[in-house]
Amino acid sequence: MTRPSRSSQLSDRLTPWLLPVALLIAWEIGARSGLIEQRVLPAPSNVAIAFWENAKSGALAHHVWISFHRAMAGLLVGGGIGFALGVLNGVSRNAERLLDSGLQMLRNVPHLAVIPMVILWFGIDETAKVFLVAIGTLFPIYLNTFHGIKTIDRGLIEMAKVNGLGPLAIFWRVILPGAMPSVLVGLRYALGIMWLTLIVAETIAASSGIGYMTMNAREFLQTDVVVLGILVYALLGKAADTATKLIEHRVLAWHPAYHGDVRALP
Amino acid sequence: MLKRVDDRDGQSTGADAGNAAAPQEHLGKSVRLRNLQLSFGPRRVLQDLNLEVPARQFLAIVGRSGVGKSSLMRLLVGLDKPSGGEVLIDGAPVTRLQKSVQLMFQDARLLPWQTVLSNVGIARLPDWRDASLEALRDVGLEDRQNDWPAVLSGGQRQRVALARVLVRHPSVLLLDEPFGALDALTRAEMHGLLEKLWLRHQFTTLLITHDVAEAVALADRVVVMRDGRVTFDVDVPAPRPRERIDAELAALQAKILKEV
Repeated sequence: MTRPSRSSQLSDRLTPWLLPVALLIAWEIGARSGLIEQRVLPAPSNVAIAFWENAKSGALAHHVWISFHRAMAGLLVGGGIGFALGVLNGVSRNAERLLDSGLQMLRNVPHLAVIPMVILWFGIDETAKVFLVAIGTLFPIYLNTFHGIKTIDRGLIEMAKVNGLGPLAIFWRVILPGAMPSVLVGLRYALGIMWLTLIVAETIAASSGIGYMTMNAREFLQTDVVVLGILVYALLGKAADTATKLIEHRVLAWHPAYHGDVRALP
Repeated sequence: MLKRVDDRDGQSTGADAGNAAAPQEHLGKSVRLRNLQLSFGPRRVLQDLNLEVPARQFLAIVGRSGVGKSSLMRLLVGLDKPSGGEVLIDGAPVTRLQKSVQLMFQDARLLPWQTVLSNVGIARLPDWRDASLEALRDVGLEDRQNDWPAVLSGGQRQRVALARVLVRHPSVLLLDEPFGALDALTRAEMHGLLEKLWLRHQFTTLLITHDVAEAVALADRVVVMRDGRVTFDVDVPAPRPRERIDAELAALQAKILKEV
């Protein structure tokens, strides 16, 4: 009786892959037979070869490392400021009155629209890219932190007060953990925007990074390298998402949605 | 009818206030409300409320919803300030939150991101782990100390909340309909537990409830609140532990019901 169930389990596992693999095969055949022009879309095997060559020469690692660096620097600056502003406005009504409507106005400016200004201010060096990523990641983290703090159960804060907790203890033990699920949603949004912003920034003005690598390849009609660059972005995006999920599982272990084997001590 | 309890106001708690150097600090303290008033804008919630609760008494305050019972609790614990009059604990006026008066809410209000043990010891007093475990033992939940609150049942959560109150050794325990959301069986269990703990720890207890049967089953004395003041006041002369409501108590219950 185990045999059919095992084979059905296997087919359950394989089914989602059928379509992508079929597409890949069709693509390869199409490219080889000349149905799809190499200049329009390179064959998957050519992309694999491009990957191998770039990886061997160390160029890929170099560009990925530089892009990663920029992304993280931008996220740290933008996310840090967004978080701080979210906390400030969430905790203080006066700060909210002073800052929130201004921030909402800025938030609605597409941050990529300021690229010409950014180039004027910072030229095309690192600061420009980090600045753009920072602007892009600031608002999702700000909004979600602010919202997370605003929606904390007032009853819990009252309970903490009755139990003699001071403002600082209430912040660390009640407000911050309570806002954490929302902050992490903000982080996930921010990561998506982070890569998007970086791609645009690197394709417009850069002399290194994945964006530069793909733009450079385009100049020489190396479509295989362009596709490789796109794939690398996809992988980096996926990696960032997985990292956030891991963080969520650790930080939100108390949350019913994440209950597993984890029973952390205080 | 409104005058019925006014004669109690004449007495003074000066004797209690003089005994400031009492050795057993966490033993029950007396509570006195003097001409207590509370209004939210034009709405008067409490008007000239006078009530005296001797130390270690178990008092139940009964009333329909919206008569200001919960507001009264918030004044007693020091979360809100009265519009007029004062609250005296052992003769000393309440001006801010104080450790000797502890409030148990209608909902458990546990921090979902802290374990049961950390929730009980939320005040983080010295040796809070041992003290919290002791309190959890008191309410019969010591084996759930490392669980998240989310996996507990409603009754268990209220028991954790009770342990959180006990760990601070209150002199006055305020209970704001703590069993209102529980099923009948769990509620009866909690009644037994509360009575046992009250007999052991000897704190003055003020229980707010809209359930007259609960009031009669637990309290030494029942007062009825209506229109922001005390309109009826009666002792419940029954031996403890009270396992059954006999004919006499049932009659008393009917009498109180008429006043609510």
